[in-house]
Amino acid sequence: MKSLETGAPPPAWVETNSPGRVPSRTTGFLRQCLALAEMELRKLRHDPTELVTRAVQPALWLAIFGEVFTRIRAIPTGQLRYLDFMAPGVLAQSVLFIAIFYGIAVIWERDLGIVHKLLVSPASRAALVAGKALAAGVRGLTQGCTVYFLAWLLGVKINWHPAALAGVAVAVMLGAAAFSTFSLIVACIVKTRERFMGIGQILTMPLFFASNAVYPISIMPEWLKVVARVNPLTYEVDSMRALMVVDGRSLYGVGLDFLVLAAVTVALAAVASRLYPNLAQ
Amino acid sequence: MHIIETDSLTRRFGELTAVDSLDLGVGVGEVFGLLGPNGAGKTTVVKMLTTLLPPTSGRATVAGFDVQKHAAQVRAQIGYVPQLVSVDGTLTAYENLLIFAKIYGVPRSERQPRIAAALQFVGLEEASHRQVRTYSGGMMRRLEIALAILHRPRVLFLDEPTVGLDPLARQVVWQHLRLLREQYRMTIFLTTHFMDEADSLCDRVAIMNLGRIAALGTPEDLKASIGRPDATLDDVFAHYTGHDLDSGGNYREISRNRRTAARLG
Repeated sequence: MKSLETGAPPPAWVETNSPGRVPSRTTGFLRQCLALAEMELRKLRHDPTELVTRAVQPALWLAIFGEVFTRIRAIPTGQLRYLDFMAPGVLAQSVLFIAIFYGIAVIWERDLGIVHKLLVSPASRAALVAGKALAAGVRGLTQGCTVYFLAWLLGVKINWHPAALAGVAVAVMLGAAAFSTFSLIVACIVKTRERFMGIGQILTMPLFFASNAVYPISIMPEWLKVVARVNPLTYEVDSMRALMVVDGRSLYGVGLDFLVLAAVTVALAAVASRLYPNLAQ
Repeated sequence: MHIIETDSLTRRFGELTAVDSLDLGVGVGEVFGLLGPNGAGKTTVVKMLTTLLPPTSGRATVAGFDVQKHAAQVRAQIGYVPQLVSVDGTLTAYENLLIFAKIYGVPRSERQPRIAAALQFVGLEEASHRQVRTYSGGMMRRLEIALAILHRPRVLFLDEPTVGLDPLARQVVWQHLRLLREQYRMTIFLTTHFMDEADSLCDRVAIMNLGRIAALGTPEDLKASIGRPDATLDDVFAHYTGHDLDSGGNYREISRNRRTAARLG
């Protein structure tokens, strides 16, 4: 070994790396999650065009679909104006669309080798998955601001109470976390962008239409009611409907809504942590 | 004592045995090269040693820890530069380093000095606040080396570190790898299919072919071993494997090489 003869090297690196300096697991977990979310925010700051392109779809739903159906009063929404009824649905939908295509970004990171490097870092698999979910939540929040702005422009009676806003933020984060983790699982299984795009399309429409996003469950046929009640999006919309608009009501209770979303996220995250290493193999 | 040791390390993918009963020992501070054509099993070895891929049978230890049983401890001791270009082009070099410093658990007070030192080490201070997508291929590779040494690993793994780089950029990467070994006594384990890279950079070279080690030794010993005074590593390779280095490789590996080359521009 030629190396060892070339003078005495400073072994400082080896010493600072002693196992005694490893921070506790919980703080490590949190720090890693936050680092991944920070990465997302920094990317968004460098390339904010996405914020504009993402605003197009909810704008169309609210301004066209919403305005038309408000006029013809075809959908029974109680004392709520139809536009006020559907605004939380559109919010949930646009967060869903961002989250469900999150797997594409993960496949992109795999093609780049970023996934490999993350998996070789000391971060636990669970932290990497949770970090991605948090990052999706952060993206969902930026989209939430966009939808609030659009809804306000169109005259939706928004509940501006700080507690209500905070509640919607929680719902957005939970919804984004649940569906992005689901998307991550799909990405771990299909592994290529082409296949993912196809599956993403197949998933989003049924999730959206088999929910209470743009019409109440009460007008659905029986079989669809069953599907809608096991669809996590229904609970996301339900909580948002209670919190986002004046006079909005929840059918299941915001507490139960959050509990369902949190439980779904944890269960999916457990599966995703098992599958995530497959991406690098 | 060996810092990397493998014992009958084997990996199968269905019918294919990608790595077949590999026995290796790499010493502290050594620059060790795994030389072979595309498809020889080099990347599979690196993936097993970096805990990305579980072995089918056999075992391996890195820095004294078993790669399967103590994967987390192994990860804390190693740096890794994948064959693919693994930096985020949207972010700046500084941001890439900052995020990884946090993920790697570099203590807050040490983050800035370590990032500054890593940038200086690879000569990217001036460009540190430019988005990485504006970098040349050589600069990206240097940034990847900076990322991989932020947490001061004892062993650095590099998979085809100079694929797609022009000759000058390759020289610069080699220079930095030599410096790492000299300054920090870092052990460097790399794969390559370039003879000149193995020859000029590595203390010892293992010639890998079809999942097995065909020959192992210093470049000088290997050249001497085939009994021709003017032998090159190319000749050594042909002698031990019966074919040229250019042969071999499948569609997937070649397309991956091309993609890496395309990104490095």
